[in-house]
Amino acid sequence: MADLNPLNWWAKLLALPNESRTKTIAMAFIVSGICALLVSSAAVLLAPLRDANLTAEREARLTAMLESMPGLADIVAQYGADSLETIVVDLETGEATDIDPATFDIAAAAEDPETSSVIPSEADIAGLGRRANLAPIHILRQDGELRLVILPISAVGYQSTIRAHLALEGDLNTVAGLSIIEQGETPGLGARIEEPAWQALWPGKELAGEDGEIKLSVVRGRATSAFEVDGITGATRTGNAITAAIHFWLGEYGFDDVLTNLRQGTGLQ
Amino acid sequence: MKRLQHLYAPLVDNNPVTLQILGICSALAVTTSMTTALVMSLALIAVLVASSMIISAIRHHIPSSIRLILQITIIASLVIVADLMIQAFAFDISQRLSIFVGLIVTNCLVLGRAEAFAMRNPVGLSALDALGNGLGYGLVLLIIGFVRELFGAGTLFGQTVFPSVHDGGWFTPLNLMLLAPSAFFLLGLLIWAIRSVRPAQVEPADYEISIEPNRRSP
Repeated sequence: MADLNPLNWWAKLLALPNESRTKTIAMAFIVSGICALLVSSAAVLLAPLRDANLTAEREARLTAMLESMPGLADIVAQYGADSLETIVVDLETGEATDIDPATFDIAAAAEDPETSSVIPSEADIAGLGRRANLAPIHILRQDGELRLVILPISAVGYQSTIRAHLALEGDLNTVAGLSIIEQGETPGLGARIEEPAWQALWPGKELAGEDGEIKLSVVRGRATSAFEVDGITGATRTGNAITAAIHFWLGEYGFDDVLTNLRQGTGLQ
Repeated sequence: MKRLQHLYAPLVDNNPVTLQILGICSALAVTTSMTTALVMSLALIAVLVASSMIISAIRHHIPSSIRLILQITIIASLVIVADLMIQAFAFDISQRLSIFVGLIVTNCLVLGRAEAFAMRNPVGLSALDALGNGLGYGLVLLIIGFVRELFGAGTLFGQTVFPSVHDGGWFTPLNLMLLAPSAFFLLGLLIWAIRSVRPAQVEPADYEISIEPNRRSP
């Protein structure tokens, strides 16, 4: 008669000498099983909290950027928060799509080969490798007139991927503000791009000269024209990454078609 | 009283960082501000105490051939849980600690205590020993973090102490303090200070330089 009581099996297992093969394998399985259970339940239970934190962080930064721009907080207050519309645009055609921005997951879209494309290496100045074909942008209109466009930009910096929002005024050439959303640069050096004092240098800068070439860049030392922004000492590569982000995302593989459509006033209604 | 020895001996006399020189990597990386140093210390203490207690509780049933793998599996699981907790409840700080909480796994201190102490001692003693070592590690991190944040940014726990020139004050932050080498310098000075006060900690030299008075140059 075989012993079917699991407690007896357990006692027998524990009584085995530590060096026996059965006990070695059993202990390996038991410990890894319990650990796997612990890790996966923590991951599943804490995931909603973590996602909520990430979303709150992004929204807080967008709101903070809007509030820091003179005159815009009034417009948003006057027309309500709905006056800032979010649309998902197709970067290939520059047209708006009818995808609901609330359900569009930019991070997942950038990794899925179906919804993203590889950036040719000679054009990949921002070091991103690939980018999503669609991107969410924010547009603010007042009395049917374009007042503000907010574009998400990103680039690989010194030791992290930097993500930012670049806000352009209605003429689509004057910078209304730059807000860093995510960065992991050296604290005290590159990470100073997060400081309000540095981001305050951006409003009023101009993107492109007469010929339409994007000229805006972060320079070493002091800025000398409307196309230059002061660099941060000891953070040359972080500054270069921001420059690359602007040049890439306003260029051929970025939002140039979208901006052209916005300038002509067609589409994106 | 003998039991409490395990708690306070690692604070100065047998400090894991300054005497055994363990856990240096994270001590360099997270001490640019007091807040990150404190959260990192708390995470390490939690992981160290929990892993020591678990390993001590099952020590009679750990086959010696796979003991290191079992210890690392337990430690790694606890580290992932600690990391997820910080991301869920202290999101801002988790952004600044980046990967260093995850790297507690590779901190020699944790595996060292598991292997050297928890494998041979009962649960209560192991917990005391882990707590003492965790506190010793945290103490060093906080001392270095204090100096680096105060002189590197003029703040403590993010509160301005010396108003910096960027904000219109008089204090010019020492950028060196925020770079990894300064942590090496500070750690070296700290070890020097401790060993001057406690000469018993000075290790004998491995090799003496011999000077032969009558030796002639070739």
